[in-house]
Amino acid sequence: MAFKIVVCAKQVPDTNEIKIDPVKKTLMREGVPSILNHDDANALEEALLIKDKYPDTHITVISMGPPQAKDMLIECLAMGADEAVLASDRALGGSDTWATSNALAAVIDKLGGCDLIFAGRQAIDGDTAQVGPQIAEKMDIPQVTYVSELEISKDMKRITVKRALEDGYELIEIDTPCMLTAIKELNTPRYMSISGIFDACKKEIPVWGAADLGVDVDKEVGLDASPTKVFRSFTPAPKGKGEMLEGETECDLAKGLLVGLKSKHVI
Amino acid sequence: MNFSLTKEHEFVRKMVREFSVGEVEPIAAEIDKEHRFPTENIPKMARYGLFGVPFPKEYEGAGGDNLAYTITVEELSRVCATTGVICSAHTSLCAWPIFYFGNDEQKAKYLPDLASGRKLGGFGLTEPNAGSDAAGQQTRAVDMGDHWLVNGSKIFITNGGVAETFVVMAMTDKSKKTRGISAFIVEKGFEGFSIGKIEDKMGICGSSTAELVFQNMKVPKENILGKPGDGFKVAMSTLDGGRIGIGAQALGIAQGALDVTIEYMKARKQFGKRLVDMDPLRFNIAEIATEIEAARLLLYKAAYHKDRGEPYGQWAAMGKYYASEVAMRTTTKCVQLYGGYGYTRDYPVERMMRDAKITELYEGTTEVQKMVIAAAVIGK
Repeated sequence: MAFKIVVCAKQVPDTNEIKIDPVKKTLMREGVPSILNHDDANALEEALLIKDKYPDTHITVISMGPPQAKDMLIECLAMGADEAVLASDRALGGSDTWATSNALAAVIDKLGGCDLIFAGRQAIDGDTAQVGPQIAEKMDIPQVTYVSELEISKDMKRITVKRALEDGYELIEIDTPCMLTAIKELNTPRYMSISGIFDACKKEIPVWGAADLGVDVDKEVGLDASPTKVFRSFTPAPKGKGEMLEGETECDLAKGLLVGLKSKHVI
Repeated sequence: MNFSLTKEHEFVRKMVREFSVGEVEPIAAEIDKEHRFPTENIPKMARYGLFGVPFPKEYEGAGGDNLAYTITVEELSRVCATTGVICSAHTSLCAWPIFYFGNDEQKAKYLPDLASGRKLGGFGLTEPNAGSDAAGQQTRAVDMGDHWLVNGSKIFITNGGVAETFVVMAMTDKSKKTRGISAFIVEKGFEGFSIGKIEDKMGICGSSTAELVFQNMKVPKENILGKPGDGFKVAMSTLDGGRIGIGAQALGIAQGALDVTIEYMKARKQFGKRLVDMDPLRFNIAEIATEIEAARLLLYKAAYHKDRGEPYGQWAAMGKYYASEVAMRTTTKCVQLYGGYGYTRDYPVERMMRDAKITELYEGTTEVQKMVIAAAVIGK
């Protein structure tokens, strides 16, 4: 019986290439290349490492997004995933994290469930870090976020994870089925391979709409069903320029620093 | 007519570019400076299928095609011409003739190790007195009944010091001239095989260019590639394909030089203006970019015809001739656009200029390409 892993992936704009519209102050997405979200690539890599070690592992990558997100899924297949499914439908558009997790949980249900759900910590466009945990809640399975190391038991029933926190880490044992979110420290994602590319392009990627998923378009998915709405997007005002201290010696500089900090009542 | 790349080919470019930027570019200047073969990158290239792009999976190839291979060499060479030629010489000049001319046993024995990249390949045709005039072979192979006894040497062999499998030409019947040349599959471990002089070169300094010395080298009877006397045909067909590889290397060098030069010109200011905003300099970029695209179209056309099983030698020769001249012109102009900084080793364009020159010389000089093209256009 194959160990089934579902990896949740998102196609996001490459933030290195993003420009801000000087008038509207919104992201200019035109001509900006789309990429596989970085943390999701780490999630996929970890799933592939499990498959490298335990070949009887089946990896399905799922995503919700516009039809062009298929390209990102081809990339996941070319890295080594076994299959990919895209949830795409106008009725799903405008979903917030809660509605998105409803749709993705429905995809996983339709796939017949799995032993491990792997998601990236967060997407570089929305930065919410909510979809993975919400899927786990919805499916009523345990979860660990911010996974930076992972060891799976031979019987595939138990996973020991290192959970990175700001000031240290936790070692947690968790039973499968469960949901984990990956951070970039977990691994270095592999590249696609040439043979993977030629195989991936031949594979069919099913596209499932709201009707296929059996989700309620009024209450579960889409803009209207989303309990949160984006009120405004804006670029925070840049911080003022730092003050550069000048002085002949280190002692002068230290004095200058003390005077400055005291005058601003910092110390 | 369709000038769009397929999805597969777009992804191959994306993949090889990511690999090149991540693994190859960081050591490109270092291996050039130290004249060091990039040993650490060979297993990585093997893992991702870069040594077997156009070969079927039954031989552990990547199951791609010649256009994918062309793009692969182009993208590797965009950041490091040395890495580009390691892949090109291995694929075009050693694995391909075994794949195309080898019998089932030879393919089963040699191709999986080559296509998977477990072993590197090389090709031995050139001799001190047989360069452009390849027919002047002096290496001899004598039929000893149960084996061939080979004596002679080959020079300027790309991957020579690192490859484990070679396709080698030797004269088996001097009276028949070119029809007396035969091709052999030679292993580095054969008794009587040794590596001679390692060349100290102007460019592609990380590539291992070596002399192969055969002193009473015993080659098993079954290692002849094709029939006795087929060697010249094997060599010429192999070089037809090799020209696509070297053309792709030249194309990559030119594209790489253009890309870094545009970035430099965006950052560099003189007379209160960015270089990229000065019209005469912009025109230089326009000229370079146009030539590069023309070279790309010729080379992709050659690969396209090869993939369809159609004659492609003329396009390969045109592509190689044109792309190598474009690489030389482009890199020379790019050094000029960088100004004095371009002449220093702090920037990559001087390396690219040195690397570009070889593409006009090996796998048929520009003059040889013109002979091939003229024969095709005028008739023999």
